[in-house]
Amino acid sequence: MKVLSTVLILSLVTGSFMWVNIGIYEFLNFESIKVIGRFIDEFFPPNLQKTFLTSVVIALYETLAMSILGTFFATIFGLTIAYMIVENKKSVLDKFQSSIFRGLLNILRSIPEVVWAAVLIISAGLGPFTGCLAIIIHTTGVLGRLFTDAFENCAPISSRTLRVNGCSFFQGFIYGKFFQLTPQIISYVLYRWENNIRVASILGIVGAGGLGQLLTFNLGLFLMDKAATVIIATMILIVIVDGLSSTIRRSLN
Amino acid sequence: MKGKRTFVSLTKNHMVDRNLIIGLVLIVLFVPLFPASEFYPWRLFDDRNFDITLKFLSSFYPPKVDVEFLSIIFYGSLQTIAIATVGLVFALLIGVPASLLITNVLSFSKIEQGNMSFTGCVRYAIRLVLIMLRSIPEIVWALIFVRVVGLGPMAGILAIGLTYGGMLGKVYAEILESAAGIKHIQGMQIGYSRFQILAYVLIPQSSLELVSYTVYRWECAIRSTVIMGFVGAGGLGFQLESSLKMLHGGEVLTILIAFVVLVWVADQFSSLIRRSVR
Repeated sequence: MKVLSTVLILSLVTGSFMWVNIGIYEFLNFESIKVIGRFIDEFFPPNLQKTFLTSVVIALYETLAMSILGTFFATIFGLTIAYMIVENKKSVLDKFQSSIFRGLLNILRSIPEVVWAAVLIISAGLGPFTGCLAIIIHTTGVLGRLFTDAFENCAPISSRTLRVNGCSFFQGFIYGKFFQLTPQIISYVLYRWENNIRVASILGIVGAGGLGQLLTFNLGLFLMDKAATVIIATMILIVIVDGLSSTIRRSLN
Repeated sequence: MKGKRTFVSLTKNHMVDRNLIIGLVLIVLFVPLFPASEFYPWRLFDDRNFDITLKFLSSFYPPKVDVEFLSIIFYGSLQTIAIATVGLVFALLIGVPASLLITNVLSFSKIEQGNMSFTGCVRYAIRLVLIMLRSIPEIVWALIFVRVVGLGPMAGILAIGLTYGGMLGKVYAEILESAAGIKHIQGMQIGYSRFQILAYVLIPQSSLELVSYTVYRWECAIRSTVIMGFVGAGGLGFQLESSLKMLHGGEVLTILIAFVVLVWVADQFSSLIRRSVR
C-alpha cells in the first residue's frame, strides 16, 4: 500500500512537471526579473483619492453583504436538506429520497462558486445577486454534507429517549440532536463564512459584483495604482474576517 | 407592580434581555445587506430573463460528446491536474522552510529568552509574509501573474504556489506545535539537536496530520485551478468560459460533468493516500 502510493505520487509529480514543461531558467533570467520589478513598481503608491476610496468602501460592503447573506441562506437550506436526509429511513422510498438528496449535495458541492456564478449570470444578470446565488448554491452543498455527517455521527441516545417517550421525530431531532450539536454547527458555518468572504471578493472576476469587479475593471485598464488599493482592501477584509471568526470559534470551544 | 417586574427581569432573566438586544441589533444590521447585494430573487422570474434561462437550460441537453471535443476536455483535465500538482510542489518549497522557521517548538531562544529575542522578531516577520501570501486569493495572484508571465499554465502554477505556500506554512507550524509534548521537552533537555527533535519526535507524531492536510490542499488546488482558467491561466476553466460566452449549453454540460468526475477522481486518490499512511 505504502509502496503503491509512493509510486503514484512520484509519477504524478514527474508527469505533471513534464506536462506543463516550465522553463524555470527563462523565468529567472535578468531580463524577466527587470520586467517583474517594473511591474511591481507600477503598483506603488496605491491610489488613495477620496472618490476612489468611497467606491472601494462600497464594494467592500457589497462583498461583505454577499458573503453573509450567502452563508445565512446556505445554512438554512443545508439544515433543511440534512434533516430530510436523516429523517426517516424505514421504507425503501425514504432511503431512495435520502440518496437523491445526497447526490444533489455532491453535485452542488463539486462545482465551485465561480463556475456557478458564470452559469447563473445568464439568468440573473450582472451584479452581486448572482454572486449571492452562487455562494448559496455551493455552500448549501458543503454545509449540507457536513451537517448530515454531524447528525449521523451524533450519539442517538437522547433523541431516541425522546422518541420513546412520545415526541415526534421532528421534536426528537431538534431537542436531541440539533441543540446538542449547535456549537459544532456554528463553527462549521463560521468556517464557511471565512471561505465565502474570499470567494465573494473574487466572484467579480466573472461579473458578479463586489471587490473583484472593481479589480478586474482597473486591471483591464492597466490602472495599477487603483488595482493595488483594491488588493490591499481585499487583504484587510480577509484578515479581519479570519481573525473575527477564529476568535468566535475559539470562544465556543 | 411595574417596577417590581423590571427588577425581576433584570436580576433573574437578564440573559434573555441580553439575547433579545443582541438579536435586535443583528436584525438591524442584517436588513441593509439585502439592498447592498441587490438580493431581489423575483428578478429571476421576470419574462425576459426567464425566457433566456429556459432557452439556455434547454440547450444543455444533449451534452456534446463527439471525439474531438472530448479529447479537448480530456487534455484540459490533465492540464488542470498538472498545474495543481506543480503548484503544490512550489507551495511546499515555500511552506516547509517557512513552517520550520516560524514554529516555536524548534526554537531554543524561545525557551531561553521568551518571545522578545531577535529570532522572535524574525519569526514574526515571516508570519506576516505568510499572512500576506495567503490572504490574497489565488485567482487575484493569477490575474496579476497573467500580466507578468503571459497567458498559460505558468501563471496558475505561481498563483497556487504563493497562496498555498502561505497556508501550508501556517498549518504545518501549528501541526508541529500540537505534536510537541513531554517527549519534545525531554529531547531538548538531553541535548538533541533541532534536526533530531524534528526527525525523531515531531514528524513521527504528526505524520498522519501532515500528509492528510497536504492531500486535502491538493484537492483544493485542483478545484481552484479549474476556476483560474477564467482569467486565462490554463486548465479546464478556459474551455468553460469560452463555451459559456458562446452559450453552447451542450458543451457546458459536458465540461461540468468532466469537472464533477475530476473532483471525484481527486477525492478517491487522496483517500487512497490517506489510508496508506494510517
